[in-house]
Amino acid sequence: MSSNAMASQFVEVETWTWLETLHGWLTTVDHKRLGTLYVVYGLFFLVIAGVEATIIRIQLMYPHNHFVSPQVFNRMFTMHGTTMIFFVAIPILFGFANYLVPLMIGARDMAFPRLNAFSFWLTALGGFLLYFSFLGGSGLYGAGNAPDIGWWAYAPLTSRAFSPGHSSDYWTIALLVAGFGSIATAINLIATIVCMRCPGMKLSRMPLLAWLNLIMAGMAILAISPLTAAQIMLLIDRYLGGHFFDTQAGGSATLWMHFFWIFGHPEVYVLVIPAFAFASEIIPVFSRKPIFGYPVMVGATVCIGFVSLSVWAHHMFTIGMNSYANSFFAITTMVVGVPTGIKIFNWLGTMWGGRIQFKAPMLFCTAFLFQFLIAGLTGIMLGSAPFNWQLSGSYFVVAHFHYVIVGGILFALFGAFYYWYPKVTGRMLSERLGKWHFWLFVIGFHVTFDVMHFPGLLGMPRRIYTYEPGRGWDTMNLIVTYGAFIQGISILIFVYNLIISYWKGAEAGNDPWDAWTLEWSTTSPPPAYNFASIPVVASRRPLWDLKHPEDPDSRYD
Amino acid sequence: MSAIATPFPEVPRAWTLPYRGSVAMASLIIAESAIFTIFVVAYLFYAGKSLSGPTPSEVLETPIFFTICLLSSSLTIHLAAKFLERRKQGAFLALWLLTIVLGGLFMFGTGQEWHRMIYERGVTISTNLFGTTYYSLVGLHAFHVTVGLIMLCIVAIFGLAGRVGAEQSRRIDVLSLYWHFVDVVWVVVFTVVYIVGR
Repeated sequence: MSSNAMASQFVEVETWTWLETLHGWLTTVDHKRLGTLYVVYGLFFLVIAGVEATIIRIQLMYPHNHFVSPQVFNRMFTMHGTTMIFFVAIPILFGFANYLVPLMIGARDMAFPRLNAFSFWLTALGGFLLYFSFLGGSGLYGAGNAPDIGWWAYAPLTSRAFSPGHSSDYWTIALLVAGFGSIATAINLIATIVCMRCPGMKLSRMPLLAWLNLIMAGMAILAISPLTAAQIMLLIDRYLGGHFFDTQAGGSATLWMHFFWIFGHPEVYVLVIPAFAFASEIIPVFSRKPIFGYPVMVGATVCIGFVSLSVWAHHMFTIGMNSYANSFFAITTMVVGVPTGIKIFNWLGTMWGGRIQFKAPMLFCTAFLFQFLIAGLTGIMLGSAPFNWQLSGSYFVVAHFHYVIVGGILFALFGAFYYWYPKVTGRMLSERLGKWHFWLFVIGFHVTFDVMHFPGLLGMPRRIYTYEPGRGWDTMNLIVTYGAFIQGISILIFVYNLIISYWKGAEAGNDPWDAWTLEWSTTSPPPAYNFASIPVVASRRPLWDLKHPEDPDSRYD
Repeated sequence: MSAIATPFPEVPRAWTLPYRGSVAMASLIIAESAIFTIFVVAYLFYAGKSLSGPTPSEVLETPIFFTICLLSSSLTIHLAAKFLERRKQGAFLALWLLTIVLGGLFMFGTGQEWHRMIYERGVTISTNLFGTTYYSLVGLHAFHVTVGLIMLCIVAIFGLAGRVGAEQSRRIDVLSLYWHFVDVVWVVVFTVVYIVGR
């Protein structure tokens, strides 16, 4: 059955002035518009944080370079890290979840549309506050502007003595506010997935994207809440004269580390599980096979969720915990590798024997598989405490987590952009520019982050402002910076593609990839109400059933 | 647009999913529990580590009466919700107002304790680690009681105006779930602050 039969000719008759359009976007409670706002907001900050990364790399290009001052350098790596995690990764991934989850479970909107809008504007306010620190951070003291405390803000750097002015307060309040937004979105996602599924969509028939986002949301409420608590404590210390992290009054700097990493490590999984979700939707469609091992995929993700809540202190091996704590956190860290390995084998099992189509979304997902595996392997290396004592705080660690976040999460995310852009806009992204984007980004990524491991192994510390020549780091740092430029060019191609294809892209139609989940049964872009009548499903691949009435999945369900 | 639905199979006979309000409140409670856990851990971690006085045993008095007030308000709100379900608006309203009074008494107790601590014993949030952890943990709980009281009062206003009927029963249940949570947290805070931490 062709996709035309599934939707009618829907003609938009209203014409809006630009003011009405703006008003519509600012006051919207539609999950698709809010999802789009989240993604556009995240992309905007991606460019800003990318510029900050480039400044860091230019400074480190040559020994004894003075491209920026040490103070500015500190601000750049702090803002780069904070922005990328809280105002790029979380908003874009939440934006995709917002847009896709209701469509994929056959609902008309999220469970709480107004709460959804509130969460977005809280997140937006958070990003605004963080960057307002450039203007307002010096306060009455005239000292410092943007936060320069690193993205994990260890005590006592955050105490009044070392952070005069308001820059650290902007950092704290920005994260607190954005955190409330994230918790609210996570609660909204859970309520949506549990309570809003269309008739027939049992949990065992839910698309993996919905399943994985449910698990991600569960982790988000458990991970972001401790950060919220820790930020409240920091505010009490800074504004009310409390002593939580004030070592001179008996407070503990180590406690902040624990509280931060109880958030910080699960946060990595909050970000990577949606990336798994994209891969789990894209790989089957472009392999022309249903996902291999659906129940095991769900089980493995739940397992990752649980285990990853008890690995946080592997970020703190060098603070001198006792050997029992070291062993415990080393073992739990390695255990996470097991369910993750299961997932990688499931994706490979899906591709195995399939008629693979290497279009842009699939290219990015294939690269994701390889790179995420390597990132996991260096993670196992760093997870063993003795190795970690050698390399903690070095560029090896920087290379490792960028391998996870860029090589894993960002690649899967790019795949998702190419895959769902036609649904959101009704136009295809240019495949030719997509291939340029992909290959340049793969080359740039590997030139930067493969090479970055080695100065780390040779002892180059992270967050270092500059270095002496002749330590064996010079050439490598130069190569790393060249790689960063290649990635920058590739991102510009991507942004150009996003913009130009909106007007010039080929018409997508309802179902350009011949896919199987419910979002492809409605028009592109979907109408405000998503589905004219609520769909009913009888299997995991409702559109397969629709297109192949002679051999529906529901027969085997 | 009806073309979308026809090819899909028939609607299953029984298709009911949980109420979104209850699920969201349960999720919120999990998130709040994580926040309280961090504050409780900080309280226990710092117990007895203050470098200067006064110590908890010198200044704290166990608020038994106000604790009984708060805990019994869980019972009254539960009964109120049950009466509403059975369409007995009068009994609902009486018990609801009683809940507010009991919650208000508890807040009065906290206020009295803080006043005594600050003006008579000279312990503020910046005095020592005990002050910092005590005011933040008890204050965080008191904040949640206050939010709960505001929501209870809003319902009471609508109730007095005759606008709360059995059809709102599910929403009232969600609110009562929150109130139970606030009570359970007090059991933990009470144990930590007035029993273990002393």
